[in-house]
Amino acid sequence: MNHYPAWKNALVLAVIIIGALFAMPNLFDKDPAVQVSAGRYGSIDLELMSQVETALKAQSINYTRAELQDNRLLVRLTDNETQLQAQEVLKNEIKGDYTIALNLASTTPSWLSSLGAEAMNLGLDLRGGVHFLMQVDMEAAVKLSLESFASEFRALLRDEKIRYKKINVEADKVVISFRSAEHRDSALAKIKDDYNDLEMAALELGTTPALTVGLTEVLIRETKNTALQQNIITLRNRINELGVAEPTVQQQGDSRIVVQLPGVQDTAQAKKILGATATLEFRLVDFEHDAQDAINGRVPPNSKLYYHRNGQPYLLKNQVMLTGEHIINSRSTLDADSGTPAVSVTLDGKGARIFSKVTGDNVGNPMSVVFIESKTETRKIDGEMVKVRRQLPQIISVATIQSQLSKKFQITGLDSGAEASELALLLRAGALAAPIEIVEERTVGPSLGQDNIDKGFQSVMIGFAFVLVFMIIWYRVFGAVANIALAANLVLIVALLSLLQATLTLPGIAGIVLTVGMAVDANVLIFERIREELRVGNSPQASIDAGYSKAFSTIADANITTLIAAIVLFSFGTGSIKGFAVTLSLGILTSMFTAIIGTRAVVNLIYGRQNRPKLSI
Amino acid sequence: MQLLNKKTNFNFMSKRKIAAVFSLLLILASIGSLITQGLNFGIDFTGGTMIELSYQEDVKLENIRTKLEQNGYGDAIVQNFGSIHDVLIRLPVHASENMAELSNRIVAALQADHDSVIDVRRVEFVGPQVGEELTEQGGLAMLYALFGILIYVSFRFEYRFAIGSVIALVHDVILTLGFFSISQLEFDLTVLAAILAIIGYSLNDTIVVFDRIRETFLKVRKGTSEEIVNRALNDTLSRTLMTSLTTLLVVTSLFVFGGEVIHAFSIALLLGILIGTYSSIYIASNTILFMGVSKADLIPVEKDDEDINEDGSVV
Repeated sequence: MNHYPAWKNALVLAVIIIGALFAMPNLFDKDPAVQVSAGRYGSIDLELMSQVETALKAQSINYTRAELQDNRLLVRLTDNETQLQAQEVLKNEIKGDYTIALNLASTTPSWLSSLGAEAMNLGLDLRGGVHFLMQVDMEAAVKLSLESFASEFRALLRDEKIRYKKINVEADKVVISFRSAEHRDSALAKIKDDYNDLEMAALELGTTPALTVGLTEVLIRETKNTALQQNIITLRNRINELGVAEPTVQQQGDSRIVVQLPGVQDTAQAKKILGATATLEFRLVDFEHDAQDAINGRVPPNSKLYYHRNGQPYLLKNQVMLTGEHIINSRSTLDADSGTPAVSVTLDGKGARIFSKVTGDNVGNPMSVVFIESKTETRKIDGEMVKVRRQLPQIISVATIQSQLSKKFQITGLDSGAEASELALLLRAGALAAPIEIVEERTVGPSLGQDNIDKGFQSVMIGFAFVLVFMIIWYRVFGAVANIALAANLVLIVALLSLLQATLTLPGIAGIVLTVGMAVDANVLIFERIREELRVGNSPQASIDAGYSKAFSTIADANITTLIAAIVLFSFGTGSIKGFAVTLSLGILTSMFTAIIGTRAVVNLIYGRQNRPKLSI
Repeated sequence: MQLLNKKTNFNFMSKRKIAAVFSLLLILASIGSLITQGLNFGIDFTGGTMIELSYQEDVKLENIRTKLEQNGYGDAIVQNFGSIHDVLIRLPVHASENMAELSNRIVAALQADHDSVIDVRRVEFVGPQVGEELTEQGGLAMLYALFGILIYVSFRFEYRFAIGSVIALVHDVILTLGFFSISQLEFDLTVLAAILAIIGYSLNDTIVVFDRIRETFLKVRKGTSEEIVNRALNDTLSRTLMTSLTTLLVVTSLFVFGGEVIHAFSIALLLGILIGTYSSIYIASNTILFMGVSKADLIPVEKDDEDINEDGSVV
């Protein structure tokens, strides 16, 4: 009765060998490395590699190896200090559309990685880095979309020569007022033709005939979703510009985005770049009116008052010549004439057409570049959550249009080289579709990360050692068998985590520690049962068998209930709690296998063939 | 080695009334403290900023406080964290400024006229809206867990057992919360995770005991319910002690070697394991006795029906 068929023994052995194989990559340390990856216009090839190697040799930086891998170039270095130096050197020397980031390179032998075995990921609390949770301002997204409809209506009505008094964007609709009901009705008919998915209503505002246009439920949902997806793309672009290896940008819920940047230390810079909702507008300067009059309250109807960053007021025309979305590339440079910092801008085809027409019509007139930053913050005022929105428009340059401008031109009037490169980055990476707000930040410095790894590892090992000693003293040979199972259990948890490419966090380690403690429980239950059976006077063989079968339902019940708690934890949890829930659930599952089937196989091998063995329990 | 070599025969249930009173007093004390002084919620729940800094030399907390005050952060709480080089600064949500950038301003202010480089070990900022959601979700998670368990246990056992196990769990949760309220230790996200883990552990223990009680009820023909529960508790006593001991060992190692960050987590677990072990004996078992469980309740009725149908003798 205490004999496993050969296939069952083979299964146990196979599971453990495969587990050990997949757990193995975690034993290899990782090399500090610098990673070069290409944007749209760069290419990763041998030429780049020789360029990189020459640059490093010129600065006599020792690197162990440079290799091409999955469309990136990895330079392995001996320590963290040279890693930073190498990054600095490459940032200066490698020109073109490349991102140069710090990374860790795996040293897993190729035969192992060709099996698909890879080390598990370490969470930010273990390797250091920043975690941001960002809230997208959805009301602003809807408002922006209404505004773009409003300007389309303006153009449409002008083209159709339908006269209107005013087009305004209110809370959730566009309101157009007319001089007469006839104008309104023909406008309604025209807009209805062109936009059949909007909600329209004709009404009287006092005595003024008016038209309201709103978004349908479906369109609102679509707008919000587009805003979210577009923001994710923009954030990705900006992060690439920052030079972060293996960033995570993910949607969470219906209005939030999680950004994780391993290894990033300068969080002030990261926040500034990620959170900036900068857009550029090119506007003509209204030189026919006096800005001073406008300050005193007499603002002409088609213009608006703006301030230059040096404090000087300007009147700018309401009509926007061009917005930043037509920019396809931008980089910081020096103005050839004055030698001051500048940003050179390249427009897309449509942008170039629009721009060349407006500038052609206005040669000799002044135009301005307006930099607009919008910010949303939630503040708690008197116990109430209040959303604060601010728009900070700022003129960064006013210049006379010397000649017709087209696809390429320069923005000057910037204070410093750093400012020029920041503006270039923001323009290149695109504007956010809606303002975002950081609602959660968790930053872990590299020293704390290493500490956490060391302490976590230490506590697992010491806890583990305690249990091993305890089990041997208590249950002798059976205790030793349980210990083998416990070790196998640890290997299997690590293997599963690696296989699922799950992320190990500090709470995750705590989950493993707890599993070690609880995994013994199954064996304790079985062994106590065997002792009981022996005490009653049953034969050793019968006692083993009865011990395992009687304990089984208890073990299953106990583990399933714990699993329920773990699953609730997982579905509720944010990052760190999820890590705990994952290791706890995996540990429960693997421990059922090792503690029941695994130990039985070993016990059968030891005692199964003897007639009346003396059990060491 | 056997701790309990002979069959033990402790009369656990003779003390059940004393235990019930004892538990009730503890629960009242816990609830009282929870009402009067509440929990010392961490920024995970309240929102706010927490910064852990490591100085290269010994630091005087007074100097840091003064510097923060000069910069308008008089409401900052500054304390040592783990060693005299390490400092933890906490700030509540301010209505007047951008909270997400607060940590950078504070670090800059402290670094400003300081000679050696201050190592920023950790920054946590939680916006007020996130904190409120978390508190709500945390409470819900606990309810879901209890509810899921209630369903599973009533399906596997009998409703009295289900109620018994859930009362034991509620008891454990209230006492652990009570401990955190009375001691005013910080209650953060990891402690919430620990409490959910305790629910899992304590339940594990209760189920093992219940399983044995059911088995003993079906096996032993004579004796009062109280005697049968006693017998079952004695039968599982050695296992109960072993498992609690091994789990306590690993959690102690977590507490001692796991570092400051998971201190509160391991304290909650340590406490929970002790309470959980006690509650499976004196709360869970006590409750089913109080509700008058008897042998007749446990005879598996459905199985008989199946046998009869298979016989074909009864239609």
